[in-house]
Amino acid sequence: MIAEAGLTALWLAAALSLLGLCLSVVHVRGRLEADGTVRALAIAQGLLCLFAFAMLLLVFARTDLSVALVAENSHSAKPFIYKVAGAWGNHEGSMLLWVTVLGLSGAALAALSHRLPSRTLIAALGAQAALALGFHAFLLFASNPFARLNPPAPEGRGLNPLLQDPGLAFHPPTLYLGYVGLSVAFSLAVGAMLAGEVDRQLARAMRPWVLGAWIFLTLGITAGSYWAYYELGWGGWWFWDPVENASLMPWLAATALLHSVAVLAARNALKAWTMMLAVIAFSMSMVGTFLVRSGILTSVHSFAVDPLRGSFILGLLAIYVTAAFLLFAVRARTLREGAPFELVSRETGIVANNLLLTVILGVVFIGTLYPLAVEAMSGEKLSVGAPYFNAVAGPLAIVLGILLSVGPLLSWRKEGRPVFKKLALPALFAATALAIAVLAIPGASLLAKCGLALAAGLIPAAVLPLIGRNPLRTPFATWGMAIAHLGMAVSVAGMAADAAFTTEKLTAARPGETVDVGPWTVEFAGVTPAVGANWTAVQAELRATRGSGVHVLKPQTRFFTDPPTETNEAAIDTMLSGQLYTVVGRSDSQGRWQLRLWWKPLVTLIWLGGVLIGFGGLLALAGHARRALRKWMAQ
Amino acid sequence: MNRALRLLPVILVIWIVGTFAWRLIEPNDPTIRSQLVNRSIPPFQLAAAIPGAAGLKSADLATGKPRLLNLFASWCVPCVGEAPILAELHRRGVEIDGIAIRDTPGGLNAFLQRYGNPYSRIGSDPTSRAQLALGSAGVPETFVIDGKGVMRLQHVGPIYESDIPIILDALEKAR
Repeated sequence: MIAEAGLTALWLAAALSLLGLCLSVVHVRGRLEADGTVRALAIAQGLLCLFAFAMLLLVFARTDLSVALVAENSHSAKPFIYKVAGAWGNHEGSMLLWVTVLGLSGAALAALSHRLPSRTLIAALGAQAALALGFHAFLLFASNPFARLNPPAPEGRGLNPLLQDPGLAFHPPTLYLGYVGLSVAFSLAVGAMLAGEVDRQLARAMRPWVLGAWIFLTLGITAGSYWAYYELGWGGWWFWDPVENASLMPWLAATALLHSVAVLAARNALKAWTMMLAVIAFSMSMVGTFLVRSGILTSVHSFAVDPLRGSFILGLLAIYVTAAFLLFAVRARTLREGAPFELVSRETGIVANNLLLTVILGVVFIGTLYPLAVEAMSGEKLSVGAPYFNAVAGPLAIVLGILLSVGPLLSWRKEGRPVFKKLALPALFAATALAIAVLAIPGASLLAKCGLALAAGLIPAAVLPLIGRNPLRTPFATWGMAIAHLGMAVSVAGMAADAAFTTEKLTAARPGETVDVGPWTVEFAGVTPAVGANWTAVQAELRATRGSGVHVLKPQTRFFTDPPTETNEAAIDTMLSGQLYTVVGRSDSQGRWQLRLWWKPLVTLIWLGGVLIGFGGLLALAGHARRALRKWMAQ
Repeated sequence: MNRALRLLPVILVIWIVGTFAWRLIEPNDPTIRSQLVNRSIPPFQLAAAIPGAAGLKSADLATGKPRLLNLFASWCVPCVGEAPILAELHRRGVEIDGIAIRDTPGGLNAFLQRYGNPYSRIGSDPTSRAQLALGSAGVPETFVIDGKGVMRLQHVGPIYESDIPIILDALEKAR
């Protein structure tokens, strides 16, 4: 009954979104006053999706093996948290999560927006309903999560052990909140273009949505990167894998949008460009969903290779994106550009930021799809990897970083003060760091050296906008900006340090032998068996010393029974100065064990920076919330 | 902004969607081809797989006459299915050399006794070193090598009866 209740809720939600779409069209054309009804429909539709998702969680929590999805992806012996998380660790469940977030975003838009002109809001809700309708059709016709299995399976097949990790419980929902949160920016842009009301008010309504989605994307990418780092056991934090790129591309677009929407809100400029970015950002989310769900690019994430599903999402993507861009082509002419600005002004800084981010987005996009395009045209197979991305996107990112130190110091419209003087100290830091890097680490790549110099300059430069202000009177938004920029600098420092200082050792050792890696001497004490709820393991004991004190690390090779899979569980010792990363592999016939050891100084800064960026975003969002609350209280 | 420029995103979207659609219709062929087709085979020198018989070195393959190089193993099930076809090719006068991948003399002897021995020479490749050098990703795999030691054809997977004309044709062309 639970599964049927969920399915019924989904059908009802689909019907409501169709009704909402029709009514909003009628309303926007001025035939009928349907403002309240469209809002109510959007809220009801969101709640029905939430109900359906709750039902899916329930069948997974109870391991109801008469539901096909549960039988294929769960197992009665699995720890409870992974039973629940298993609900979105598969194609159908994760698409239901996607649709639920989409529905809830529409509901929140309907419930929370009071300041927008009625036509814009209702047109936006109509666009949101159109999106929901398509993805409901996809769920109901091509990936029903509630399909029954008759007779029920005696036991489930289990969840991919790589996904049996606390990270999985949070990574997909976080990313989806980001991906799908951008749908609201898309719908608002479409609504405003339809209603012909692209102005500061729209930008103010759009801003918290973009900010919220961007925070989730930032945290989702940060968490995903850390997951890949410790769970795959390859010692790297970014592989330019198509699916990683699929999450990076919406982030780049959302970052650009976040800045341009600020210009629109403050100065009523960059109208057409902001609308374009809003469309691009959500389009990139859909491209990402398509790449992951269709499995057309080989990746660790492609667990659903099904041409029908791929074609379905591709069809939806083509319809929505083409329609939005056509609307843009028709309406862009009517968007008169607003207030002018001088060459040295914050607007110019943000335009340059947007251009660079868009070019980096283009670079990533081309690199991700180039192999596919080349094969389609000439039949030749090739792959594009880190050398291309690092060589092309790296220098652009460095330029963007230099700009980041200047932009926030400039004032709107025209900068008359001598702001560049303030940058003397950061510039000195950067130059010193560059000189030291060139002299002391000749082996590191040029990009890594530039990255170190950039980080050295950017960390002080990021906090400059706060200097000379009363900390208590400084708006949350300014704090948020400074902290997010500082996070960027910290992250760059981590990336550059990882690239410049990492030492790696791959060796085969007998128990009792010692191995040197970086400043560490690691003694291989031996291996012992270990056992968990649904796995057994071979566990190595490593004793690492650096002068004084012993750090004990216990990397494992785990063997899962359902389904039978072998994974490497890296043991990572995190210290202030960096991370010691160890992996144990197989043994050979002579009693030696494969050991992979890395010493990665300051690598933790990469994710610490990501968290700081997200925290900065949260502060800015809190600023918006505080202002909205005050206005509401005043009424 | 002029009209053509404004329609540019739409055109881009259509082109990208077209590329995606092509990939969905034309699923990816996961076969990994050797990069050495139409190039000289790499030098290698393999010990005899069976004590007392002849080993195999790359110079043995450049004898002025095209021949087959078959990568197989006694533990490989599809190789059993391929054995009668190799025997048929041998009967038609094709010279075949073999490389036994990660095999043991005992296993190999049993295999050859049971399914026949069409090989002139068999080299032993216990660590897959020669296999990787040839650009092969698995067993069975068969190469047509011409008289000068240049790889002319790579056949991935077992040779079926329907493949015999293709192999013979390639041998003829390599002459």
